[in-house]
Parts: sequence; structure tokens; C-alpha cells
Amino acid sequence: MPTFDFSLLLSGTVHDMLAAGLRLSLTLLGVTLPLALLLGVLVALARLAPLAPLRAAGWLFVESQRNVPLLAHMLFWYFGAPELLPDGAREWLYAHNAEAVAALVSLTLYYGAFMAEDVRSGIRAVPGVQLEAGRALGLGFLPAMRLVVLPQALRAAVPPLVSQTLNLWKDTSIATVIGVAELMYQAAKVEAATFRSFEAFTFATASYLAVSLLITALAAWHHRRHPPRAL
Amino acid sequence: MRFLEMVDTYWLFFLVGQYPDGPLGGLALTLVLAALGLLLALPAGLLLGLARVSPWRWLRWPVTAFVFVVRGTPLLMVVFWAYFFLPSITGHKTGQFSTMLIALVLFDGAQLAEIVRAGIQGLPRGQMESARSLGLPWLAAMRRVVLPQALQHMLPSLVNQFVTTIRETSLGYIIGLAEVSFIATQINTLVFIYPTQIYLILGLTYFVLCFGLSRLAFWLERRLARRAAPTPLPSTP
Repeated sequence: MPTFDFSLLLSGTVHDMLAAGLRLSLTLLGVTLPLALLLGVLVALARLAPLAPLRAAGWLFVESQRNVPLLAHMLFWYFGAPELLPDGAREWLYAHNAEAVAALVSLTLYYGAFMAEDVRSGIRAVPGVQLEAGRALGLGFLPAMRLVVLPQALRAAVPPLVSQTLNLWKDTSIATVIGVAELMYQAAKVEAATFRSFEAFTFATASYLAVSLLITALAAWHHRRHPPRAL
Repeated sequence: MRFLEMVDTYWLFFLVGQYPDGPLGGLALTLVLAALGLLLALPAGLLLGLARVSPWRWLRWPVTAFVFVVRGTPLLMVVFWAYFFLPSITGHKTGQFSTMLIALVLFDGAQLAEIVRAGIQGLPRGQMESARSLGLPWLAAMRRVVLPQALQHMLPSLVNQFVTTIRETSLGYIIGLAEVSFIATQINTLVFIYPTQIYLILGLTYFVLCFGLSRLAFWLERRLARRAAPTPLPSTP
């Protein structure tokens, strides 16, 4: 194995490729996280709604996402789903970074399902009388959820949501499979082009680790600021 | 090529790959890999978890660092490290199957280590202390007093871990391992006109398998909960 050339990582083509990859990975995380959270809350509400068809649809969504690997979802959204679009929309999509769109869609749906389960157990941790009291005061189901139950539920759901965020960050790497030029893709490209695999993989590993640590540290800080309360 | 004609031509390829004329592949390979991966990751996770709570610093610190690093990195990264660096350590080429198996054992071993650690640390401290004060050495106290209690509730979650491992085997795709996702892509390249249907079938296959198994876990959990008479632990003073 050749010696470790640290200067490669500080400047030059290799550095630029890896840095661009890291930026795209972070963008994927930054765009997907709020969307998945929002979807998670909506699906969790659907799964607890007083309407049976809505509950069934929420259940079907969660199970169909969680029981299929993310990689299979990405393959479907990249190779399979565009065929269902009308011709014009499909051509537009292929001209506008279809890989990144497929990655965003599959990551959002997949993590939306996992987060829905965390939010739902957060809601179930809130005693039922909270909702009943809200309803008794004259609030409808949705306002009572939004104003009374959800603020308490989301706080209880922070620790599992943080670990989903960590998984989401790590799973952005799977977008490599459909050719999204994120960190893992760029590391593999550097490996193929320069045989500097050791440097490239060290950079990628250190980056994944650093962001993971940052997320964990933020969670620990939040935990200290807002210690869990008994409901 | 008609859709049914395609199904008729490729269903066996999808299930077992080129077997018996070539190496095993497809859905069968996915299952074999997941089963072997879990079977080997269990002892690895147990040993790593024990090392994480052991009283010996020279053992605890490096293992803690290892678990920390592996849990903070994507599985795909572990697969890449194994794929590119195992040959330079061992000196000869490692096959895709062994590469993926090693990556799975390292990655899942580290995840399981944390479950084992949490199980051990979730027990009242008095269990270990009283065993030690009865004269048992640390390892014996761990084996005969702490572990049986800590691992008692792990059986249903093992089935769920198997489901997770099945999902993880799909990453073999990236190093060209002929598991079911890779085979589906190969079929798609050959047939070309049914991408939506092929990937829907792939998703449905995983779904039936994983959903069935997680129902089994649910059923096991309820059955065990009903059968096991509640044995209250003595409360800590």
C-alpha cells in the first residue's frame, strides 16, 4: 500500500471532488429531513385518525416502506417510476437531475414511514385524557391534536427521531447506487481514477463520522436543556 | 416480449440465480447471506457487548472506539473498506459473498453489541455485586447470573434483527454480488421494456418476506409473554 498522502485531501482535484460530494450529501440530508418529519407527523395522525380508511392507508404506507430495503425503493423510483409519467414530464425529469429527485423521493418516503412510527409512539405516550380534555373544551380532533397533544408528543419523540436522523444521514450513501454524485460516489470515483482509495475512503469515513457525532452532540445538548418530564 | 413470457423465462433466475449450472444467486442467496450474517453477528455482538462493560480498560477502550466508529459510518462504507482492503491484508482476492458477509458481521456485530450492553446495564447493579460477593469471578458472574437475565427478552427482537439483515444484504448489489436486487437489475437490462413491473415485483418480494417475518416476531412475542410466568426481580434497596 502506498503511503498516506494527506496533502491530496487539502487541495487539488481529489479534494474538490470529495468536497463536492460531501456538500451534496449534506444537501440531501438537509432537504430530506424536514420533508420526512412533516410526512411522519401527517402519517402518524392518519394512523390515529377517527376514520378507518385513513388508518388503513397509513398502516399500508408504513408497512410497505419499512419492509422493503431502501436500495430497492431507489431502484424503483429511478428506473421504474419515471415510466409511469407522461412523455413530456419524463423528458423534463431526465433533463433535470432525475437521480437526485429519485433519491430525495425514496429517502423522504422511507424515513417518513420510520418517523411516523416514532411520532405515533410519542403521541401514545401522552395520556388519552389530554386529547379528551382538549375535545371537551370544544376543540375539534385536529386542533386538539395540534395544540394539546402534538407539542407534548414531539418532545417525547425526540430521542428516537434523533436516531432516525442518524440513520438518514448514513443512508444518503445508498444514493450512490443510482448515480447521485454524493460523498460515497465521489470516493469511489477518486478510487477508480487515481487509486488513492485509502485517502478517499478515510476522508469519507471521517466525514460521515463527524456529522454523526455532531448530530449526537446536538441531541445530548437538547437532552440537557430539556430533560424528559414525566407526563 | 410479453410480460407473462418474461415471468416464465426469468422466475427461476430471480429465485436462485444461475444455480445449478452456476453459483447460487437471487432470493436464495439473499436468504443464505442474511441467515449466515445474523448467525455470525450474534456471537460477535455478544463478545463486543461484554467487552464494552468489562472491568479491563485495555479491552474496554479499543472495543468502545470500534463500536463507536462502526455505528457512525454507513454500512456501505464498511462494505467498501472490506472490498478494497481485505485483499491487501490477506494477500489474496476475497469473493463478493465473503466480503459482504464480513461487512455484515462487523456492522451488525457493533449494533448488537449496543443492545447487549443496554440489556446488561439495564439490570439492577445488585445482581452483579451479589454474585461477586458470593465469590464468583467477573466472567462466571456474567455468564451464570447477569447474561441469562439480560438475554431473556432478546428472542423476538432476533427475528426483527433478521428482517433488518435481509434489508441490509441488498447492499451487496454495489459490489456485484448476485443477490435478488442485483438479479432484478440484470433481468431489467436483458428485458428492457418492463422496468416498472420488475422493480415492483422486487419490492413485493422483499415485502412478503419481511412483513411475514415481522408478523412472526409479533406472534412469538405475545406467545412468550403469555407463557412466561412473570418472575419479578428483587427490587434494589
